[in-house]
Amino acid sequence: MSNHFNIDIVNPEQSFLSKDNVFEVVIPAVEGEIGILKDHIPIISFLKPGIIRVFSESEEQSFYVEDGIVEFKDNTLSVLTSSIFDLKDADKNFVSESISSAEAELSKDNIDDQKRFLLNHKVEVLKSISIN
Amino acid sequence: MPSLDDLRKRITSVKSTQKITKAMKMVAAAKLRKAQENAEKGRPYSEKMNNVILNLSKSITDKENAPKLLVGTGEEKVHLCIVLTADRGLCGGFNTNIIKKAKSYFEKIISENKTLKIITVGSKGYDQLKRQYKSYIVENISFKESKNINYFDADKVGKIIIEKFEKNEFDVCAIFYNKFKNVITQIPQEQQIVPLNEDKDDKDGSDNDNDYEFEPDEDEILSNLLPKNISTQIFKAMLENSASEQGSRMTAMDNATRNAGELVDRLTIEYNRSRQAAITKELIEIISGAESL
Repeated sequence: MSNHFNIDIVNPEQSFLSKDNVFEVVIPAVEGEIGILKDHIPIISFLKPGIIRVFSESEEQSFYVEDGIVEFKDNTLSVLTSSIFDLKDADKNFVSESISSAEAELSKDNIDDQKRFLLNHKVEVLKSISIN
Repeated sequence: MPSLDDLRKRITSVKSTQKITKAMKMVAAAKLRKAQENAEKGRPYSEKMNNVILNLSKSITDKENAPKLLVGTGEEKVHLCIVLTADRGLCGGFNTNIIKKAKSYFEKIISENKTLKIITVGSKGYDQLKRQYKSYIVENISFKESKNINYFDADKVGKIIIEKFEKNEFDVCAIFYNKFKNVITQIPQEQQIVPLNEDKDDKDGSDNDNDYEFEPDEDEILSNLLPKNISTQIFKAMLENSASEQGSRMTAMDNATRNAGELVDRLTIEYNRSRQAAITKELIEIISGAESL
């Protein structure tokens, strides 16, 4: 028995990634990172800004996501997200722009703790991308 | 009887109109293919979203405390209608059909003494509705500047709806758009998005015993998911609409080209006849002039 399962990453405009030979996916769920292997129990969760790592036999891929929903069921992992890009083709300008817009948002007074936490986190992740 | 010169002018004018409609038809055909592709690409997202929500709402036991976006406010007094139309004309009955559908819904609401609020997306809808329903229109959005349909625009509309809902400005929300069936047929649709209509609910009843693990709990996921779903529905409607618009324009322009062709044929016959008549007349004049000599 192989220990592979399927992954589908879709954004509203198109299907972003679809593979059937991954053996582990790490997703940045809102309450911490989750590693998903084959035969994980069905789960629904949503994402915070972070990096999705997809491991297959031949390669490892990383994607930055801002938000989204994940569903794992019958050995298929579906990720629905409106903002995603491959770390390999990360656009430096876009990243730094996102950082500055997130920081601008942070400096406003009227945001609640949860939002502040998410924004802080986003800045952190984006900065780590721009360093690499 | 128009003179020969008049006829010639008319024929040229109809011919140049025909050229325009022909070009528009071809442009629409090219755009249609793209719009159709986009609509198809966007389908998995909205389908998956629907599935997740379906699974979630099944597992919610406490219907009383469920998020209001799902179950509604419990009242049906204020109706918000989102009318999605095109920004351009010359696409046959496309805009008119949506408006017609929307108007009959509006009349029903008004006759039931409920409050009606309208948001128009696309300038053609606004133009057609402002005459009769000006006082009900609360917002008028147009995405003329954006070349392609993108999720960002749909999200903007979605956010406006959520904001209004949170301020308790409406109880029920419905969207109007054209569903793309094929190039010739587009069906005007009315779809209720708040509260969520569970009409397709028992399609796969076997999934009922699927126990999901939720992280965090169902309520939180749902309240995070439902606003997204609204944007997704709007986006889906916009995609369908754009495919329908191009399809409808293509058919309309095809008809126009054909009609122009018929008109040219008729005018040409008339032109030839009157030219022949003129020649015959001159001949008769010459002959009878010669005879009288």
